[in-house]
Parts: sequence; C-alpha cells; structure tokens
Amino acid sequence: MANTISDETMEYVGILAKLELSAEEREKAKEDMGRMLDYIDKLDELDTSGVEPMSHVFPISNVFREDVVVNGDDRKALLSNAPEEEQGTFVVPKTIEQ
Amino acid sequence: MSILDQTAVGLGKQIQAGELTAVEAVEASLAQIRAAEDHMNAFVTIDEEGALEQARKIQARIQAGELTSPLAGVPVAIKDNLCIKGMRTTCSSKILYNFVPTYTAEAVLNLEKAGAVILGKTNMDEFAMGSTTETSAFGPTKNPWDLEHVPGGSSGGSCAAVAANACFYALGSDTGGSIRQPSSFCGVTGLKPTYGTVSRYGLIAYGSSLDQIGPIAKDVTDCAAILETIASYDPKDSTSVKREDMDFTSALVDDVKGMRIGIPRGYLSAGLDEEVKAAVLGAVEVLKEKGAVVEEFDLSLVEYAIPAYYVIASAEASSNLARFDGVKYGYRAEAYEGLHDMYKKSRSQGFGPEVKRRIMLGSFVLSSGYYDAYYLKALRTKALIKAAFDQAFASYDVIVSPAAPFTAPKLGASLCDPIKMYLGDIYTISVNLAGLPGLTVPCGLDSKGLPIGLQLIGDRYKEKELIRAGFAFEQSRSYKSPALAKEWEVRGQGPAADRPEKWTGHRKTAGPAGKE
Repeated sequence: MANTISDETMEYVGILAKLELSAEEREKAKEDMGRMLDYIDKLDELDTSGVEPMSHVFPISNVFREDVVVNGDDRKALLSNAPEEEQGTFVVPKTIEQ
Repeated sequence: MSILDQTAVGLGKQIQAGELTAVEAVEASLAQIRAAEDHMNAFVTIDEEGALEQARKIQARIQAGELTSPLAGVPVAIKDNLCIKGMRTTCSSKILYNFVPTYTAEAVLNLEKAGAVILGKTNMDEFAMGSTTETSAFGPTKNPWDLEHVPGGSSGGSCAAVAANACFYALGSDTGGSIRQPSSFCGVTGLKPTYGTVSRYGLIAYGSSLDQIGPIAKDVTDCAAILETIASYDPKDSTSVKREDMDFTSALVDDVKGMRIGIPRGYLSAGLDEEVKAAVLGAVEVLKEKGAVVEEFDLSLVEYAIPAYYVIASAEASSNLARFDGVKYGYRAEAYEGLHDMYKKSRSQGFGPEVKRRIMLGSFVLSSGYYDAYYLKALRTKALIKAAFDQAFASYDVIVSPAAPFTAPKLGASLCDPIKMYLGDIYTISVNLAGLPGLTVPCGLDSKGLPIGLQLIGDRYKEKELIRAGFAFEQSRSYKSPALAKEWEVRGQGPAADRPEKWTGHRKTAGPAGKE
C-alpha cells in the first residue's frame, strides 16, 4: 500500500483526537488509515486547480440576532447529566500539578 | 385490514373520524413492539407509559376539536440521535448511555405540536456512522424481511420498525444515505429533504454540513405529510432556510406527463446487482408509460463522491465529537490520572471502533501538513460534484438511480471490510455533498425475497418533483410488508418477565457495561 502510517503519526493523531489505543488497536488503526488514505488518494486524479473549496453548498450569510436570553434556568437539569457535580458545578480531576 | 396495516395518514383520518382512538393505536403499536422486539431489536428505548399518557391527552384534544393535523394521535418512533426532553438519548453509543436531554429537537417539537405520540427511540449505527446498524453499542437491529440480514443504516432501527408495523412512521437522519439506504433494504419509503429544510436543532451532529432529518414511512403520501409537519425555518439552526414552498402534500398528484427523467449511465454499470438493475429499470418503464421522458446521460465525477465524503464527514465528526469528554454528560472512565488522561480514557472506552476510526481519520486530514492535500482537496471536489448536478438539472427534473447497489447483506458480512461497506453508499452520498433532496421508494423484491429501492434525486428545493414522481410510480403497485410483521401481530406475545432496560423509557441510567 502506498500510504504507510508511522508510529509517530499515530501518536500525533492520538493526541489530536484525544484517544488512547491499545497496542493491538493501534496496529489495526494504522492499517485501516493507510487503506483509507490509499482510497482517498483517488482524488489526486482530479484536476481541481482554480476551484474554490466549497464548505457550504448554498450561498449563506451570517445570521444575526439580538443577544437576549430566551431559555430558562436549566442548571439543575443540566447538572443531573454530569458524571460528577458539586455545589452547582461540574467536577473535573485536578488540572494543575504541583 | 388491521390497525397496523394503516398508513400514518390513513390512521390519522380514522382517528379524526372517530373510528378509533389514539390510545387504541398506541396499544396496537406497543403490542407489536412486544412481539417483535426480542427478534428485531429496532428500539433502544421504549416509553410505554409515556406513550399511553400522551395518547390519552391527545385523544381528548382531538375530540375537543383542538388538534386537526393529519398526524394527530398517530404513533411515531424517533431515531436515537434526536433529543427529546426527559427521554434517554444515546446515539446508540456507550459514551451517551445515560444522557437525558433538557430540550427537544425542533423537528420532534413540530411533530408534538401536531399531536404525534412518541413510542420511543430507535436503534442506529453509533453516532450514525455505518451502513448496517451493526455498530450500535446496543447490538444490531435485524431486518424484518429476513432476520439473518441487516436493515441497513444508519437509520436501521427506524426503517425496520416501520417495515415491521411496530410504528406508523419514524424520523431518521441522513448524512450519506442513512435514510434512503435502510429504507431500500427494509422496503419502506424514506425522504431526505434539501439541506436546510428541517431544523437540525437537537440533532446530535455527525457531519453538520451534510446532516438532514427526514421521514420514513409506508408511502409517499405519508412522507409528504410528515415533511410538511417537521419542516420549518428555525433561527436556532444557522443553516435553516426560509422557504415559501413547503406545502409538500400539494404535489401528491398522479401525473408525470412530460417530466424529464435522467438516468446516469455510470450508475448502471459495474458493481450493480442484476436483479436491482432490472427492478429499477422496470420502475423507470412505469414512469415512461405514464408520460415521463426518460434518457440516459453521463453524470461525471461519480467515483470521486465517496472519497470526498469520507474526508469531509470524518473531519466534521472529529470536531463535533470533541464535546464527548466525560465532563458534562455521558460516560466517564472509572480510573484515570489527571484531566487529560480522564478525557482520553473516557473517549477510548466510550466510543466504538468505527467512531474511533472516523475521528482519527478526521483529525489526520485536518492536521497541519495534510489539511490542503486532503480536506481542501475534498471541498474542491465537492464544488465540482455540485456543479455536475447543476448541469444535469438544467436538462432533467428528476434523476433516477438505485438506492443501493445490492439488497440487504447478511449480518456480519460488511464490517470486516470498511471500504467495501463505504462503496455500498455510492448512489446516496453525492446527494448529501450537493445538498439535494432524495427519495427512496420500494420497487420490488429480489429472488431472496429482499426489498429493492428506487432512488429519485431532485434539484435543491424540488422535493415536490420527487413526491410527484414517487406518488405516480407508487400508484402502479401495492405496499408489501414482510411476512414476519403479520406473524408477530398474530402472536402478540406479552413483554418478557425479565424486562430489559430499554422498556423503562424515561430517566434511566444503566447502560451497556457503563458505570452507574
């Protein structure tokens, strides 16, 4: 296959994607991604010079509105979905190390 | 004819006429779900009590003359990536196994306003990533036409439930064919509207520039009535379009005289199953006999749609799914060291293999050094594909194709080779890239007795052309439901003594091997 994904690339993608793979998963992922990219490389056959990248199919413009609160106080309901909460806030592990 | 054989609009009329009540309809649906669910697994959550309670309230309002919508009192099932306030919404993922939304998706709200009764949430490929409903963390859904086959995906639960008469219609979402392909595999009718027609507010995003919500039902009449109900301009969705022409049911006329229909020559070549081809060309003959002008033409760039799609959809997914990190909702890993490790472990344990595959591919194609070569290249390809369709619609009102190159594969046959699975989406994917509407109508069975679907593709905002063509074709045949639907109806067994967790509807927290 044309695309060989290095361990360094997988490491980097893991950091970007915030995913941690087991050694076995990593080998499978390398192979899968290589095959996917081989397939995607088909796009290289296509001459796209001078073509603007199209992020949206229809012409759209910014939608503006007044910045007014329309929803009620959902704090309790929202927090009820949290894995951990305390005194009306989300609890996360310590973020600053000594 | 039993209640369950009714279409959604047919049932709505009977309810308005006082021939039967919303409560009776819900009881019939729930009995069918009870009989079918152990075999089919089309639902993630079934809200028995809630549905009966809603039905009683809605029936009273119908009798008081307050609710006159054609869908008032008609039971519906909702794909599990559409938020409903107070009802568990999982995207068929372990990472959202206990998520209970605090608000309802706009499309569902529009149904509720019209008096729809929600039965529960349907199974899907995890985060709508897949074409078979086998990537669900809650186990695969099985095709009611043959339980050894997949229902297609990602809206496989919705389509299987409609085919099995377990609901009268359902909502699905379509990012690359997720309404049209499973509709084809399950022998039901599914419509993906023009991008921007139905608000995406409350739809858990996969590929935001491609996602669109649409109806799945027994016929085109139902799809038109449902779309008319769910479509709305919504300031909460910044890509929502203000449209004046949303009286879709006005297009339900049996007349295609002079309609210009094009068949892309490349769509009928290599890789297409012969029986599917024959059924689709047979359907085209019907339209021709009714006065449509049919010709073959060359739609260019067909082979570039799938690679462009997987770059764009994966890129958007990697960004959209960054929000699932074990902080505000859903699954959090039990053991971790520090914040970043908690993010990584929660995500790695919470997402399934196909979702991880796409997040990683998406992160890669967006990373510096590869962004131009992959992501921008895909967006340029998308522009060319859109231009090719624009050119085609200068000559044709409707483009006709198969919905999928084959009928429903056997369970377990697709996931081992992702690229092969992706290639099955060849006829549906370019429609999303170009933002166009697409309609799948059943057009026959193959020699294994599995349904074949005809896809009609329209220019943007031209759903009415699709509805007209689909309705005209449909008049030539009668709706078939799978033999199992009748068998389950006759058997009508009660719920299992050991009630699985999905039967308990609202406010449930236990999930697939998740923490309590």
